[in-house]
Amino acid sequence: MPETVRTGKALRARVMAHHLFWPLTALAALLVVNLIATPTFFNVRIQDGHLFGSLIDIVRNGAPVLLVAVGMTLVIATRGIDLSVGAVAAIAGAVACVYIVKSPVDGAAGTAVVAITMALAVSVALGLWNGFLVSVIGIQPIIATLVLMVAGRGIAMLVTGGQITTVNNDTFAALASGHLLTLPVAALIALGVFAATQIVVRRTALGLLIESVGINPEASRLVGVRSRTIIWTVYVFAALCAGTAGLIIAANTHSVNANSLGLWIELDAILAVVIGGTSLAGGRFSLTGTLVGAMLIATLTRTIPNIGIPAEANYLFKALVVVLVCLLQSPKARAVLQRRGDRTPTGPSREEAVA
Amino acid sequence: MSTIAPTQGVLANVARFSPPRRYLPVLGTFALFIGMFGVGGLRYEGFADPQVFLTLLLDNAFLIVLAVGMTFVILTGGIDLSVGSNVALSTLIAARTLELGWPVVAVIGVVLLTGTLLGTAMGLLIHYFDIQPFIATLAGMFLARGLCYLISVDSIPIKDDTFSAIAFGSITLPGGYYLGWTAVFALVIVAVAAYVLSSTRFGRTVYALGGSEPSALLMGLPVAATKVGVYAISGLCAALGGLLFALYTLSGYSLHAVGMELDAIAAVVIGGTLLTGGRGFVIGSLLGVLVLGTIQTFISFDGTLSSWWTRITIGVLVLVFVVAQRVLTRRS
Repeated sequence: MPETVRTGKALRARVMAHHLFWPLTALAALLVVNLIATPTFFNVRIQDGHLFGSLIDIVRNGAPVLLVAVGMTLVIATRGIDLSVGAVAAIAGAVACVYIVKSPVDGAAGTAVVAITMALAVSVALGLWNGFLVSVIGIQPIIATLVLMVAGRGIAMLVTGGQITTVNNDTFAALASGHLLTLPVAALIALGVFAATQIVVRRTALGLLIESVGINPEASRLVGVRSRTIIWTVYVFAALCAGTAGLIIAANTHSVNANSLGLWIELDAILAVVIGGTSLAGGRFSLTGTLVGAMLIATLTRTIPNIGIPAEANYLFKALVVVLVCLLQSPKARAVLQRRGDRTPTGPSREEAVA
Repeated sequence: MSTIAPTQGVLANVARFSPPRRYLPVLGTFALFIGMFGVGGLRYEGFADPQVFLTLLLDNAFLIVLAVGMTFVILTGGIDLSVGSNVALSTLIAARTLELGWPVVAVIGVVLLTGTLLGTAMGLLIHYFDIQPFIATLAGMFLARGLCYLISVDSIPIKDDTFSAIAFGSITLPGGYYLGWTAVFALVIVAVAAYVLSSTRFGRTVYALGGSEPSALLMGLPVAATKVGVYAISGLCAALGGLLFALYTLSGYSLHAVGMELDAIAAVVIGGTLLTGGRGFVIGSLLGVLVLGTIQTFISFDGTLSSWWTRITIGVLVLVFVVAQRVLTRRS
């Protein structure tokens, strides 16, 4: 009997210590809250051959944040941060929409393809710029990307001429509202990028190299890792992800507003990464955690109006989630909790007695 | 002959003079500001008028106060992303409490207390739970914005007589020029902060912390109090800035000051404060705000430039200063 108690306790400790335990618990709690507020919350029905339902909506609306967060995860793993993703998203959206509007055949599928390609090329160029500042000039990532964060919306404004540009192109709109195999295209893109990244970093040595650079770029260089190239690559990848997210957001609204497209998406993305258990100090990352984090944020955004609180208040709840998750992950806070646990008299603690 | 020799000596001395390295960034910003004003004076009629400069102070009074608070935080090697939301929250609390008929003194007290508490709370999280400044203040940013929306989604006008009197009040300077009260207040804050940083135990500890936290700890400096203190100061400055912003716009609104934390950080960077902490001056941040303000003045005087050039120019300036800092620190 004591044996089983001990293994049970060890198992519980291991489960609780897992970096996905608290995020998944929070996600489950949110879903339960939603289920209580709206009993039909989990219903998914097929309409016109597409899947519809709240859960599908959450995945679809969470797609841009997930995309940006996947890129951000790799950047943070190298001990960096990319504040410019919102601005990059705005520029990408602006470039695509302005190209489509200026094109003589603005409704054609080919126009949309060229526009998307151009926008992604511009994103890559912006990523190259960020990577250059960080890896070659050696500026702190937070400041290097601050430059583009500040200037980027000005550039997006320049591209759109300060106008809210509206487009009418079905192929472009399909990025956000289209369906493939009954699933929304936006979600498929985001999940596709997530899966591809996960495979590349975990099935090849790339993930290991990224972590090694995050722990110590200089030491990694000395043992033969191309630190500079790896750092440069993750910024380009992050910008590419951000550009894709910008296209999805622009396609969703059929328009681009350089001031508001992707506003604060960098904060949501960083939040998703942190919730997922990736350390901001670099050297260790979890893409699965980021996926859970992004879905947690998307679910939270959906939950607030669902339980009758004004949607604008979601910032307040995000703040609480950030503080709570960070505290739960903070070694110091855990130590405090541990000490309190140890101080209880020798008998079984209350929880154990209940169990 | 005898009269020329000393002149030559003086000239040689002037030519050989180089200011201490730590003042270089601030002098660079000062030169930039003077240069911009000079170019503006040559290009546009009325630009060089002293009143333009005084209006610059008035229009940016809130940003000056924010940048002062941000300087303290950045000097310790931290960052505060919550100041923009804190400003918005302050304007809303002021507007709402005035609407409820509270006395002005109580209104100001509540606003300052809220801002300082928010800052202190973030400081406690950062110091005692090792949460990165970036994340803790991000939470503060969300929290303050969320509270804004809970108070009111719509803009609330401020109609209080005392507030209007302060907002429109000014002192007349010789020559018929005038300077608004809020600008005078901002300058006083700069002077107080400069004194605190340069001549008090607390100020020296701030620099020591930015230089090296472990060393500061080993020297027995009050690291905890100072670290929490700078965020409390930043929160207090944000609340003060919020009051000035409420006076400037005579309204409280949850979408006020979106992105203003970026302007404050940019001003501090352009003012020559090292983002890794330990080096910089409040006066540099004041100059940084003035440079940002001059860009806007340029654009409004020109009339053909679009306002979005402001953001691009600020970005370029931040880049130039960061690269220059990088070069300077690499050499030393």
